[in-house]
Amino acid sequence: MTSVLYDAPGPKAILRSRIFSVVTALLIAAGLVWLILALGAPKTSANGAVQPGLWDPTRWDVFSDREVWRTLGRGALNTLRMAGVAAVFALLLGVLFSFGRVSDTKWIRIPTTVVLEFVRGMPVLLMMLFILLVFSTGSFWAGVAALSVYNGAIIGEALRAGIKSLPRGQREAGLAIGLTPVATRLRIEFPQAFRQMLPIIIAQLVVLLKDTSLAFVVGYEELLRSGTSMTNFFGSRYSFSFFLVVLAIYLTMNLLLSWLARVIARRTGSKSGGVTTETKAPPEKPLDPELVYPAALGNQMGKP
Amino acid sequence: MDAVIENLPVFLEGFKNTLGLLLLSGTGALVLGIIIAAMRISPVASLRGFATVYTEIVRNTPLTLVLFFCAFILPYLQFSPGYFVLAMIGLTVYTSPFVAEALRSGVNGVHVGQAEAARSVGLTFTQTLSFVVMPQAVRMVVPPLINVFIALTKNTSVAGAFFVFELFGAARKVTNDRGDQVLAILLAVAAFYLLVTISLGLIAARVEKKVAVLR
Repeated sequence: MTSVLYDAPGPKAILRSRIFSVVTALLIAAGLVWLILALGAPKTSANGAVQPGLWDPTRWDVFSDREVWRTLGRGALNTLRMAGVAAVFALLLGVLFSFGRVSDTKWIRIPTTVVLEFVRGMPVLLMMLFILLVFSTGSFWAGVAALSVYNGAIIGEALRAGIKSLPRGQREAGLAIGLTPVATRLRIEFPQAFRQMLPIIIAQLVVLLKDTSLAFVVGYEELLRSGTSMTNFFGSRYSFSFFLVVLAIYLTMNLLLSWLARVIARRTGSKSGGVTTETKAPPEKPLDPELVYPAALGNQMGKP
Repeated sequence: MDAVIENLPVFLEGFKNTLGLLLLSGTGALVLGIIIAAMRISPVASLRGFATVYTEIVRNTPLTLVLFFCAFILPYLQFSPGYFVLAMIGLTVYTSPFVAEALRSGVNGVHVGQAEAARSVGLTFTQTLSFVVMPQAVRMVVPPLINVFIALTKNTSVAGAFFVFELFGAARKVTNDRGDQVLAILLAVAAFYLLVTISLGLIAARVEKKVAVLR
């Protein structure tokens, strides 16, 4: 885009832009070094006591304790556990919501739409707090419930968009060969919509993992909470160190998952989704087509 | 229901702070986001790299951690202008990469042929941008940008967990006093949030419809 906007740069302009690039790189690097040094400098607090700098070994010696790492690992595992359970429920709810949202029956479609609008417009944190208070579940299930309802609503909306974006012929063909509306939805439209929306769904699951940190507020013993409880235990001297370590763990988890999401998105994208991938999928039972066909016909005739 | 009516001033106070957070950090995020987006599409490689790293790091950090940093670590580092300002800084920083991404996708969404056509009829760089590319980019950017602000509205609730008295804080306070009417309080607070998010959503849908006609 940008290359079309101006004439191709000549040798002078290239040189100038290269110099500018190097200078700004140096400026950014200098800024970062200054920040690191400023954080590392010893500080004098209001009452005149001098605190050691943030990179001082006395602020980092707790990390040689194996129990500290074990606690952090437990916190990370708790975070992952909540994310995993919530992801499963969110996917199931998402499928249900999408079916309700595109239902032909008014009595299903309109209530689902209202519920979805309500859920999507509300903060997850508020939902967590109230599930905790109203149903007095533990903080784990409050977090799981709120996360799965909220992300289920968003996944459902994505799936609905996927179903709506399919050519009409898909549904018409399904109905024409005698499948019931529900069967058409389940076996013809839904698999295609799901495959098409997979990148969005996975991106939403990354958001879900990030949002598990909200359970910190309702007192769930997740990664950030394990960091703060250890800060309370070892003293505020370590608060910055623990924060930095927790941040690093979160970043690693999220970046890995985002990267995975990108890989999957690319892989499903290159298969040129839609009808062709469906036909490529292996049949459930590798039977002789002559045996399958009469059975299918028989099933059809058995239905009213 | 009477718990809601009794505490209406509390909710309104919270709502006022929610709106204040939304407006202030929304403006801040818009400004910061424009700068980041400009860096990301700039021809200077080092700026591009810096903006990319910033976007990746901030987007993959949970909001709770950002606000935790602002509410606990910054005061510990002897920077404490009050929790409202701290939460505002946190929300601004957290939202800015999302704004930047929305802006960038809008500019990239304008078809290259448009710029090529403008260039080939002899428009200069400034004319191409101001008469051809930007008018289309701005229209395309508005719906995703509104979605970012809807998310920001909901995200302000996290500030309530870090000593800022906004709607979520009000909800916590009132439910502490009136544990018997949690459901009514929930619906009341949710209604305040929905008031903002749904009206923003309606604006987005409207703009989207207009853009669809223009394209």
